[in-house]
Amino acid sequence: MGHDSTYTNQKFKVVGTRVNRPDGVDKVTGRAKYGADAYAPGQLVGLFLRSPHAHAKIKKIDVSKAEKLDGVKAIITSADLPDLTGDDRDLTDILENCMARGRALYDGHAVAAVAAIDMQTAKKALKLIKISYQKLPHVTDVDQAMEPGAPIIHDFVRDRKTGKPSNVCKISQFGHGDVEAGFAEADVIIEKTFKTEQTHQGYIEPHACLANISSDNTGELWVTTQGHFGFRSTCAELLGMDVAKLKVTSSEIGGGFGGKTHVWIEPIALALSRKANRPVKVVMSRDEVFRASGPTSATSIDVKIGAKKDGTITGATADLRYTNGAFPGFWAMLGSMISFACYDIKHVKSIGYDVIVNRPKVAAYRAPSAPMPAFAIESVMDLIAAELKMKPIELRIKNAAKEGTRASYGPTYGPIGIGPTLDAAKNHPHMRARLKKNQGRGVACGFWFNFGGQTCVDLNIGIDGSVNLIVGTVDVGGSRASLALIAAEELGIPYEQVRANVGDTASLGHNDMTDGSRGTFSSGMATIFAARNAITVLRERAAKTWDIPLESVIWKEGAARATGKGNSNRPPLSLKELAASAPNTGGPIAGHNEVVADNAGVSFASHICDVEVDPETGVTKVIRYTVIQDAGKAVHPDYVEGQLQGGAAQGIGWALNEEYVYGDDGCLQNPGFLDYRIPVCSDLPFIDTQILEIPNPDHPYGIRGVGETSIVPPLAAIGNAVSNAVGVRMNHTPMSPIRILKAIEDSKA
Amino acid sequence: MLSVSLTGALRSAVGGAECVQIQASSIRELISNLSDQYPNIRQHIDTGIAVAIDGKIYRDNWDVEISADAEVFLLPRIQGG
Amino acid sequence: MSGVHVSTTINGDPVEFACPQDETLINSLRDRVGLTGVKEGCGTGDCGACSVTLDGRLVCSCLVLSAEVNGKEIATVEGMVEDGKLHPLQQQFIEHAALQCGICTPGILVAAKVLLERNPNPSEEEIRYALAGNLCRCTGYDKIVRAVQAAGKEMRKKSR
Ligand code: FES
Ligand code: FES
Repeated sequence: MGHDSTYTNQKFKVVGTRVNRPDGVDKVTGRAKYGADAYAPGQLVGLFLRSPHAHAKIKKIDVSKAEKLDGVKAIITSADLPDLTGDDRDLTDILENCMARGRALYDGHAVAAVAAIDMQTAKKALKLIKISYQKLPHVTDVDQAMEPGAPIIHDFVRDRKTGKPSNVCKISQFGHGDVEAGFAEADVIIEKTFKTEQTHQGYIEPHACLANISSDNTGELWVTTQGHFGFRSTCAELLGMDVAKLKVTSSEIGGGFGGKTHVWIEPIALALSRKANRPVKVVMSRDEVFRASGPTSATSIDVKIGAKKDGTITGATADLRYTNGAFPGFWAMLGSMISFACYDIKHVKSIGYDVIVNRPKVAAYRAPSAPMPAFAIESVMDLIAAELKMKPIELRIKNAAKEGTRASYGPTYGPIGIGPTLDAAKNHPHMRARLKKNQGRGVACGFWFNFGGQTCVDLNIGIDGSVNLIVGTVDVGGSRASLALIAAEELGIPYEQVRANVGDTASLGHNDMTDGSRGTFSSGMATIFAARNAITVLRERAAKTWDIPLESVIWKEGAARATGKGNSNRPPLSLKELAASAPNTGGPIAGHNEVVADNAGVSFASHICDVEVDPETGVTKVIRYTVIQDAGKAVHPDYVEGQLQGGAAQGIGWALNEEYVYGDDGCLQNPGFLDYRIPVCSDLPFIDTQILEIPNPDHPYGIRGVGETSIVPPLAAIGNAVSNAVGVRMNHTPMSPIRILKAIEDSKA
Repeated sequence: MLSVSLTGALRSAVGGAECVQIQASSIRELISNLSDQYPNIRQHIDTGIAVAIDGKIYRDNWDVEISADAEVFLLPRIQGG
Repeated sequence: MSGVHVSTTINGDPVEFACPQDETLINSLRDRVGLTGVKEGCGTGDCGACSVTLDGRLVCSCLVLSAEVNGKEIATVEGMVEDGKLHPLQQQFIEHAALQCGICTPGILVAAKVLLERNPNPSEEEIRYALAGNLCRCTGYDKIVRAVQAAGKEMRKKSR
C-alpha cells in the first residue's frame, strides 16, 4: 500500500506501555454518559408497540383512542414513514425492520411507537392502540425453512433455478480443487452434522438514544452506537434529511460487539421527535433487546474431512445453513468463506445457504459467522486425529496454512500467524498439566479477516502544547488510550500530554463503524499520519523562528532541533515553546489525515481449554483457559488482553449456556438475562493470554486488528474438551447440562 | 492482462467463469474495465466487493496498483462486528 | 397518578423527591435525582448494573420501589470518592484495566465495596461468588477479579 513499513524491530517509547485510560475516572465515578444518560428540556418518553406474533398480517391499526389520551404527543406507524429508499433493497429492509409495513415478520417486530410526556402515559397509550392481526404460518428453524412447503416469508426471494418463492436468499460457494478426488486419496473420512443455536451479543447497555428534530428539519441524535457516521447516513436517508443537517453524537457505549452497527430504534425516535416537535428519548428494555435487535445466526452444518494415514488432509467440504432472520443477509456466505481458512487443503469446498426465518434480523456478532463452522470443523479435526491416533495439536500443525497456502476463500496467503500460535500452544505449560477424573482438554483454532476502512482524525496542538486528538471511531474498549499513546509516540511527548476524544459527525469527515476490529488499526494509522503532518508544521515554525531552511530542522524527542553547520548550538524548541509562539509564526498548529486503511491483516488464534463435567448433572465447569493470538504490535497490552479474554468468555457462554429458545408459536421464550444466561464471574477461571506480536507489514507500527478472533475457537475448544471428558462427541451448542446428559445416555443405548 | 479469479456469486455475473482476463494496472481500472466487459457485475460492485491482491484484501482503496503478475481475486465485501 | 413523597439520604446528603407510587428506585435515582451512574441493564434484577446499597445492604435498585426507601440511606457509585480521592477499588479498576465499556463498572464497584467491607481478605472464589450477580460482557471478569484483589490488599495495608 506504499506506507512506510520499517516496522521491524521498531523500538517504541510509550506504545506498548500500560497507561491509565483517559476515560477511566469518569467511568469509575459514574460520570461517563452513555446512551440513556442524556436529557433535554421538554423531552418525551418514546415507547414501541411490538408484534406478539411470529408472522402475521397487520389488517388494521387504530391509534385514535391513544391519540386522544392527555399527554400523548406523537404516534408513529408505517403510515407515517413514506418509503424514500428508492431501489436500494437493503435500505428498504432496514426501514421495514424498524417498523413493520403491513406484516409483522417476527415476535417483537415493531408495529407502532408512541411519544408521551412520561412513562406512565406512554405505557397507557400503547395499551390503547388497537391492532387486528391475521396470523400467518411461521418458521423459525433453519432446516425446516429450507424444506419444500415451508411457509414463505418474502415473495421477492426466489429460488435461482426454479424461480419459485423460497426462503433461501443466497447460495455461495468457495473453495478450489476437486473434492471427490481429494476424498479418493483419503485413508479416513469423517462426516458429521452440527448445530449451533442463535445467540445474542449481550451488551449490558440496551439500545438508547435521544432524538431532537426541529421544525426546520435539522436535528441532533445522541446515541449509543459503534458508528455514528453510519447511523447518520441511514437515518438521514430514511427520513429524507441532508446528512449535514443531522448531527449525531456517539455516547459512551456500553458494549456493542457488532450489535450496535445497525439502526433499530433511532430512525423512529427521530420520526417521533419530528412529529411531536419535542426531544424524544427511547431506551429499549432488555426484553426488546433480545426480541428485536440483531442476534447472530443459528446454524446447521455438515462437515466432511478426509485425511491420509500420516495426517495430511486430502479433501474437505462443508455445507452451511444460517438463519438470517426475517430479511435477506449474507451470513452463510461469510461462513463459507472462512470455514477452512486455518488449513492448507488441496481440495476444499464450502457451500453456504442464507435462509430467511421468522426471527429478528441477524446482525454482526464479533467475527460474525466464524465461530459456528469452527465448532463443526475443529470437532471433526479431533475425530480425524483420534482415528489416526495422532495428537489433535499435531494434526493441526501438520495441516496449518502458511505463507504460500491458497486460502479456502481464494487468495494465496502472505506470512500468517496460525503456525506460530499452534507452536506456542504445543509448548504451553497448559498442554502438560495433568487432568483429573471427569476432566477433558480441548484445543481449537480460529481465523478472522479484520479490516480497515475510511477514517479521519484531527490532531490539534493547544496553546500550552497539550494535544487534542479527535477521532471518529467510537471507543468500544479503551481505544482512546491506545490512540493517545500512538500520538504521543509519534510526537515524542509524554502520554499525559495527549487527550483523545471521539468527535461527533459535525466535527469530522466520515468515519466507518468501529467494527471488523478496525478501531485502533485504522484510527491509529490516521493518527500517525496526522501527527507527522503536525510535525511538518512544527518544523516550519521552528525554521521560521530560527530563520533557517526547513531541511535543517528535525523533530526528535518532542522538540524541533536545528542541524547542520552553525546551527548545532541553538537550543531545541519544544512543542510547548512552539505552541506558545504559534500566534506569531502562522497561527494554530494542527495535523489532519484522511485514509482508507485497508489491510488490517488476517488474524489467527489457538485456544486451549480444560473442563470438568459432572456426569450426574451434566454441568460443565471451565477450569483452565488459555488464549494464544497473533495480534500484531500490542499498543496497549492490557486492552489487547482484555479483548482476548472478553471474546473467549463470550465464546464460552455460546458453547455452554446461551441460546434463543423459540416455542411452537414462534415466540421467543427466554428474552431476559435470567433464562438467557451469559457467563457470570463464578462461572469462569482466570483466562490466560499469550500475545504473539507478529507485526502487520501494512501498518507503520505493525498493528493489526485484534478484537474479534478470540470468539472463534471457544465453541470448538470447549466442544472438544467436553467430548474428551465425557467420552461422547458433542455436536450441538450450547452444550447445556440437558444436552450433555442426553448425549451420554444416547451413547449408552 | 491480469488474470482475475472470481469467487462465490460473482462467478455467475461473468457467465460462470472462474477466472477472467482484464487489462488493468490499478483497482480502479480493474473495476471499470470489468464492469464494461461484464455489465452484470455492476450490481455486485454497488453492494460491495473486495479485491485481494497477492493475498492482501482491499475493500475501499481503489488507488492500489496491481502489477501484471499479481494474483488477483474478487471477493464479496465482508462485514465485521 | 397518585404520587408519594420520599425523603432519604443519598451518599450522605438529604434528598427529597416525589414520584408515582409504582416507580422503581433506579428511575428515581436516574431521572429525578440525576444519579445516572446507576445503570439499567435489564430492569429485572438479573444484571446488577443498578446495584446500590440501602442501609448498607446491596440491592438491585430496579427491584426496589422508591416508596420503600423513605427514611433510609442509599449509597451509589457517585458517593465512592472521598475527600476528592478515588476509592482504592476505583483506582485499581483503572490501573488493572478492569473495565472496557464500563457500563457494568458502577454496579461492580458498589458490590465489591460491600464485599471488602465485610470480608477484607476474600479468596478468589469468594470474590467470584460475591460478584456473580453483576454481569460483565466485555472483560471475562479476569481483570475485575484481579483489581478487587489489589484493592483489598491496599485497603488492608492502610488499615494496619
Ligand atoms: S438493571 Fe437492575 S439488575 Fe439489571
Ligand atoms: S466492561 Fe463492558 S460490561 Fe463490563
